[in-house]
Amino acid sequence: MLDIGLSIVSLARFQFAMTTVFHFFFVPFSIGMAVLVATMETLYAVKKDKVYLDMAKFWGKIFLLSFAVGIVTGIIQEFQFGMNWSEYSRFMGDVFGAPLAIEALLAFFIESVFIGIWMFTWDRFKPGLHALMIWMTAIGTMLSAIWILAANSFMQHPTGFKINNTTGRIQLTDFGAVITNPQLWRVFPHVILAAIMTAGCVIAGMSAWGLLRKKKDENHFFKVSLRFGLWVSLIFAILSAGAGDLQTQQIIKDQPMKFAATEGIYKDTKDPAPWTVVEAIDAKNHTASSQVEIPKVLSILAYHRLSGSVKGMNSINKELHAKYDKKFGKDMNYYTPPKTLFWSFRVMTGIDLLVMLIAFLGVIWSRKKKDTIENKKWFMVIVGLAIWVPFIGNSAGWFITEFGRYPWIVYGLFTIADAVSPTSTVGTLLFSNIVYFLLFTLLGGVMIWYSRQTLHHGPYYEMEDSKQNVDPFAKEAFVK
Amino acid sequence: MTLANLWFILIGLLFSIFLFLEGFDFGVGMSTRFLAKDFDERLALMTSIGPHWDGNETWLVTAGGAMFASLPLMYASLFSGYYIVLLLVLVGLILRGVSFEFVKHAETRTGKNIWMWTFFVGSFMAPFLLCLMLLSMVQGIPMNANGDAFPKFFDVVNLLSVVGGVAGTLLSLVHGLNFIRLRVEGPLRDRARKLNQILYPILFLGEVVFAVLVFFQTDFFTKRFGSSLFITVLIVLFSLLGYYGVLKDKEGFSFAGSGLSLSMVIVLLFNGLFPRVMIATNPAHSILIKNAANSHYTLTIMTIVAAILIPIVAIYFIWSYTLFTKRINPREHTVKY
Ligand code: HDD
Ligand code: HEM
Ligand code: HEM
Repeated sequence: MLDIGLSIVSLARFQFAMTTVFHFFFVPFSIGMAVLVATMETLYAVKKDKVYLDMAKFWGKIFLLSFAVGIVTGIIQEFQFGMNWSEYSRFMGDVFGAPLAIEALLAFFIESVFIGIWMFTWDRFKPGLHALMIWMTAIGTMLSAIWILAANSFMQHPTGFKINNTTGRIQLTDFGAVITNPQLWRVFPHVILAAIMTAGCVIAGMSAWGLLRKKKDENHFFKVSLRFGLWVSLIFAILSAGAGDLQTQQIIKDQPMKFAATEGIYKDTKDPAPWTVVEAIDAKNHTASSQVEIPKVLSILAYHRLSGSVKGMNSINKELHAKYDKKFGKDMNYYTPPKTLFWSFRVMTGIDLLVMLIAFLGVIWSRKKKDTIENKKWFMVIVGLAIWVPFIGNSAGWFITEFGRYPWIVYGLFTIADAVSPTSTVGTLLFSNIVYFLLFTLLGGVMIWYSRQTLHHGPYYEMEDSKQNVDPFAKEAFVK
Repeated sequence: MTLANLWFILIGLLFSIFLFLEGFDFGVGMSTRFLAKDFDERLALMTSIGPHWDGNETWLVTAGGAMFASLPLMYASLFSGYYIVLLLVLVGLILRGVSFEFVKHAETRTGKNIWMWTFFVGSFMAPFLLCLMLLSMVQGIPMNANGDAFPKFFDVVNLLSVVGGVAGTLLSLVHGLNFIRLRVEGPLRDRARKLNQILYPILFLGEVVFAVLVFFQTDFFTKRFGSSLFITVLIVLFSLLGYYGVLKDKEGFSFAGSGLSLSMVIVLLFNGLFPRVMIATNPAHSILIKNAANSHYTLTIMTIVAAILIPIVAIYFIWSYTLFTKRINPREHTVKY
């Protein structure tokens, strides 16, 4: 029953996409926020300006909300390789398990232990020491990213392995090659830089909404936060574009089909290659017609020079058939989903430019004391809405990475269709998809609602009225 | 001792540390309905594990990762075979995980109650289902030559697995109450001791039924009589130690006793499994450690990594516990978290 076999794969894929996209909604935000909150607290320890302490506390609350959701959705990630992709786990166990276990031992323990300490020791440790706790968490989140990306990079660009003749499974031969994988060291900076940009945009955006409420006592707080967020967004948008360029260079060599698809090129281009801004893609007949074209730009993007043509999907398809038909058979479809890749790439890069533009204007307009950026209401609303933009960018980027790997789950070695659990049924997958969907709607909704509420209360709400950050374990906390 | 066997032991160790630590987390979560009388008390209970629960749960994440990194065939078969059970475990862990953070932000009475209930339900579901799964798995389940497991409903839910699930949950609750006696002050602490005076006799009954069922439903006692008997006796002895601590009001003994009994349950199961990792109803399809294991090269790397990292983790992990030794009193100070 081919029909049902197919829907098991697609349900499993849908589930993976849903759970990782959701996990990765919060993860980059947490990674970025950890660094930024740590920076704020360090600024307080150094400058002794109370506004930085208030900032660390206030943005720390938003960070904790995101962190909580990131953690619980992370556990799903770890389990689902075994649950939905057991053939994949068998095939990849020798390589994939190691980074995962190291991630837990090296990164998750640091994160989870030090976040616990940080949350409950505001009144006990001196600011510098207390800031160290959140720095540890921040370092933990980055270490965690390195190791999980090492696992993912192997799937994109396998290195340091051989195929075991008796089992037909992958066998690790060179662990060094797995952690020095060139793919990894191009992905990692891009992911981290985009994560910090994400947090910057949220801080700027929420501060903009805060300023619009025009409460006198909060003005200074939100103004400082706004400038902080805008500067971070600007700097890290520029840096992530640079890192994204390194990625591009990597995939042209490594996964030319992915690159051709992100540019929507079916036939080899002329030399120098023009860059297509918008086009209509006919994926069935493998044709596309450019609507807006800029001459030479694709050559610059691809090779950093004014000449050079770029191979199209049709000829790459032939090459892949020539290379892999013996192993995977003639019926493989090597065309990665071109519309998804083409538009995801434009969304992602467009968002980078958009963030740069907004942040640049914001930085300029809030430069001097007398500049009252909060009176430019239209602009504040734009900054406020731009909170959502980097999240879309992050997902779009992963769409490129993951859909662009099609039809393989491990590039060139193992197909997606072979990877699903033989035990899966349409029924169980439907059930779990629905359960996850409902859970995620609940978690996402509540997290956004409580963040909004926290903003609504403003930075000084908890501090006067309650013992929010009091350390219940400290002796002083009990002195009445 | 091959490296594969060493990793089998290490995974067992990680799981037993997890159950020792998160066992009391779960128990504290459950006790919010059995012990606390109002929201302040519930919050105080929650706060007592506030700084620790995430670190405790990381032992589970590590155990899962270690299984993938050393015995991937076990990871693949177990996790895909017990799909629905694990899905529900995840639901439980998610619900209780977010409630720590969400309850701080809830402002209405209903909101606060919702997150307290998810905390309770999640704390209850996770240990019950995990113990259910483990005790179903050790009885042997239908598997094919590829290692795919197809447990039917009554392979998963049967007398031993349900008794095991209930006993594990009860033991977690008892363990949690012992932890509360260590960490909380005032009436809550007295109530925890009183409740445990009632719960321990029930627990002993459960343990006896459990031991009898393990004797009949698994091959542990036919395959490894001596060690299985020894470990079973240890479980009961540690529980007795806990009970002694309850009677004499020595919470340290109680806590160590209940924690070690929980750990010993895992030891019993892993001891009985050895040298298999999955038991099939058709013995030819059972998976052995040596077949499930990764290559020698990978295991060597993982051994070095674990030998360096686990001691370091242990040091700061224990240090983090020493920071929070002051007892919490929900009446003197309404901890708003
Ligand atoms: C808001 C976030 C964001 C922004 C503004 C950008 N990116 Fe990005 N991009 C990501 C967030 C991201 C990501 C989510 O972090 C990805 C997914 C996988 C990865 O490595 O990073 C990604 C992937 C990704 C890939 C695919 C890599 C692969 O398949 O291995 C390329 C080629 C680029 N990016 C290039 C760029 C360029 C040239 C950008 C700017 C001009 C850019 N990205 C802005
Ligand atoms: C870094 C760790 C990651 C690993 C190991 C990983 C692994 C996988 C696996 C095993 C699949 C299923 C097989 C397949 O369809 O190709 C998959 C699909 C997918 N992943 Fe990832 N992933 C990672 C990160 C992410 C992130 C962070 C996102 C998004 C935010 C993402 C988005 C997707 C999507 C959209 C799919 C579906 C693609 C498809 O159906 O082909 N992934 N990934
Ligand atoms: C690019 C992809 C990913 C990155 C950068 C990433 C990073 C992180 C980070 C920083 C956290 C801490 C929580 C937070 O900040 O919100 C986290 C949590 C977690 N992630 Fe991911 N993750 C990714 C994908 C995955 C995948 C594919 C898995 C599955 C193996 C996974 C497993 C986990 C687990 C188990 C946790 C919980 C850790 C805890 O209990 O402290 N993550 N992840």
